[in-house]
Amino acid sequence: MLNTASALARGPFFASGAWMTESLIDIAHVTHAYQTETGSVPVLNDLTLSCAEGTFTAVVGPSGCGKSTLTRLIAGLMIPDEGVVSLHGERVTSPRSTVGMAFQNPVLLEWRTILDNVLLPLEIVPNALSRKDREARAMDLLKLVGLEGFESKRPSELSGGMRQRASLCRAIVHRPEVLILDEPFGALDAFTREDLWQTMHNLRAEESFTCLLITHDLRESVFLADQVIVLSGRPATVQYTLDNPMSGPRSLDELYTPEAAEKLAILRHEIQVAQGREVA
Amino acid sequence: MRSLRKIWPPLAAILVFLVFWEWLVWVNGWPNYKMASPSDIWPAFWKFRWLFLEYGWQTLWRTVVGLLLAVVVGAGIGMIMGFSKTMRDALYPLLVGFNAIPKATVVPVIALMFVGAHDFNTILIAFMISFFPIAVSISIGLSTLEPEYRDILRSLGASNFTIFRKIALPKTLPEFFGALKVSVTLAFIGTNLMEIVEPHGRGLGHLFDSGKISADYPLMFAVLIALAVLGIVLFYVVVVLERIFAGWAERQET
Repeated sequence: MLNTASALARGPFFASGAWMTESLIDIAHVTHAYQTETGSVPVLNDLTLSCAEGTFTAVVGPSGCGKSTLTRLIAGLMIPDEGVVSLHGERVTSPRSTVGMAFQNPVLLEWRTILDNVLLPLEIVPNALSRKDREARAMDLLKLVGLEGFESKRPSELSGGMRQRASLCRAIVHRPEVLILDEPFGALDAFTREDLWQTMHNLRAEESFTCLLITHDLRESVFLADQVIVLSGRPATVQYTLDNPMSGPRSLDELYTPEAAEKLAILRHEIQVAQGREVA
Repeated sequence: MRSLRKIWPPLAAILVFLVFWEWLVWVNGWPNYKMASPSDIWPAFWKFRWLFLEYGWQTLWRTVVGLLLAVVVGAGIGMIMGFSKTMRDALYPLLVGFNAIPKATVVPVIALMFVGAHDFNTILIAFMISFFPIAVSISIGLSTLEPEYRDILRSLGASNFTIFRKIALPKTLPEFFGALKVSVTLAFIGTNLMEIVEPHGRGLGHLFDSGKISADYPLMFAVLIALAVLGIVLFYVVVVLERIFAGWAERQET
């Protein structure tokens, strides 16, 4: 079992070589509704899922089925009406610094350089790193995602894909245990998106985090995740779970094998069922 | 060389304007009580140069103090309205109503309320006329902050104050400076309203009044020009501050 006592001292995931069986994210029987002026809108209904430590989970489902609500619950930004969200068996009742987030909108701070943007979480999360160590850490990540040489640029000087890379660096600079990605590649063109998938694999090889990715792209989910969860239409519950374990970084070619095609076909069918267009 | 290239277009524009003005007065044969020409104004200005310095300073410092007050109070109200929707709904009508009152009508009321406190009265009017744009811009800047910005910091356990200091405040600066540019000129209007409507022998407004009483028309025009110059100076002070504190919002010329 990997020693998880110190979040800042954990080794790279792939180097550890072990498939963790201990679950890190646990969502048990979560039901949640939004209160609006016209009444309460149920979004999640008795949702149960868990993510083992060090794994990558993709969540797909019809539009507006409550996927983003799920991320906010895990991040502790919201408390579910019913059910329990826990990390390491500990109930989540408020935000915690062991979580990193990235969204479809990279939300970089325009008045900061790329380096200072990546450093932001280290200004918030308590840590013993000196300014020099923090910068070294941020520079390592920027190098890893291919942004070396852009650290002193402003976000407005970068392309959409590059901003999203910087946003990913910011999400993991404080070595979070849980990385929550809410459609981070959704607004990018197809080629840039595939580049970023590769970047995600590189990050996973070097960093240790348990990742939950919300996406609309089935190929993305099959390429990146160990486990793909299909949510039903609103109010969402887990409709189908696809096991897709990974033994190391994948190459794009693997998306064009018969096995991958079969998995994609299954997922596509499940999505159509979730949308109510096909019967199970 | 670069600064020279930046400075000559506005200087040339001013020069063209003065020449056109002079020509307009000359070609129409207007007497100086109808329209003084630049060549009439300069002697008036030179004759009263020490008064211009003294009164100009009085007008300037009172305007600046009124403006600073407007920044502090405007930012405070803006923050309250920006962070709380209830407060925004509650205060907006009040604020709009207050702003809709012509300040010229407030001047005698204020003058009666604080008899003799001329500096205070003048600063108060300058403040009252100029805080509104600042309050509105800051409240809009804060209330339109995308939720993701807040989530990024909140998910790390940051306090509301940290979120304000790290994100909301810097993000609102461009709007704030935009409003401040409007407020600078408004504050001058406020100061001069007080000085002209309730003259106590101070400020450029008083000099203007003296010109009116003694039928010294070129002097009146000279005061107008002096006010314009002060307005330009203060405006560019704000521009410089904006470049220092919110320069990132400016797009690079390509």
